[in-house]
Amino acid sequence: MAVVFQKPKSLADIPLHYCPGCPHGIIHRLVAEVLDELGIEGKAIGVAPVGCAVMAYDYFNCDMIEAAHGRAPAVATGIKRCRPENIVFTYQGDGDLASIGMAETVHAAARNENITVIFVNNAIYGMTGGQMAPTSLPGQVTQTSPYGRDVNHCGWPIKVCEMLSTLEGPEFIARVAANNVKNVNQAKKAIKKAFQNQIEGKGFSLVEVVSACPTNWGMTPQQALKWVESDMLPYYPIGVYKDRTAAKEAAK
Amino acid sequence: MANVTFRTDWCKGCGLCVDACPKGCLAIASDKINKKGYSPAVMVDQEKCIGCAFCATMCPDCIITVEK
Repeated sequence: MAVVFQKPKSLADIPLHYCPGCPHGIIHRLVAEVLDELGIEGKAIGVAPVGCAVMAYDYFNCDMIEAAHGRAPAVATGIKRCRPENIVFTYQGDGDLASIGMAETVHAAARNENITVIFVNNAIYGMTGGQMAPTSLPGQVTQTSPYGRDVNHCGWPIKVCEMLSTLEGPEFIARVAANNVKNVNQAKKAIKKAFQNQIEGKGFSLVEVVSACPTNWGMTPQQALKWVESDMLPYYPIGVYKDRTAAKEAAK
Repeated sequence: MANVTFRTDWCKGCGLCVDACPKGCLAIASDKINKKGYSPAVMVDQEKCIGCAFCATMCPDCIITVEK
């Protein structure tokens, strides 16, 4: 019998600390599989965020560095400019990338830094216990919005992919989801493309993965994935928002 | 004939593999508990398994190995 599925080599052989049913584990695995498939584990440098994925540096077998809250794209910029032969990626949540790190993200995209950003959007602050995030949906109940997010008071959720795709800078902006097998397989393709773009020197690639937080949403893992489908994906539609190379080829 | 093995000690019993299985081969054990204190996922109907690896694709803890 041949092995058709096993843990990728780039993922460390230790148990993950995430809550039961947290899609972070799935997304970690996708990134590790892509590192394996492209054969770049030895020259990849990952930048871990602050948030639930803060301990991502323990889970990937490539070199990892921890950035101050939200500053992963700035740290990645520094690493990539000093060591252009390495493959540099960041792995960030929505509280990290879309809140305190929004400036770093937007400017790294505007400069078209040749880095790969994996953005996990679960519409809540997970590690700190379920507070409202910039990406929390209108009406979503969180610790800091117990009556639901009031958009007149707190503003509207930020659609990061749509916003970044209006910039001239970035090469590739895509949104995928990790809520079922089909979407997970699509997510892997987008993540692989984001790494290939960097290898080919094309520039800034960001993949937003719409994820779930069963613990802080107060749901079972199954309910949480259904909520992603029914509530999150209508507000955050999956798709490729910007692909400069494909657009150029289509214009020929 | 496919073979699915679980690293049971690392299972958190979230049940995403059970939901993902198109053949209904898997279940959360009602009579077992692992080191972490969770009831782990187990294979209940080996004969039906087609080795599609949907369970492993959805497993957040990467504890499933599929052979075919």
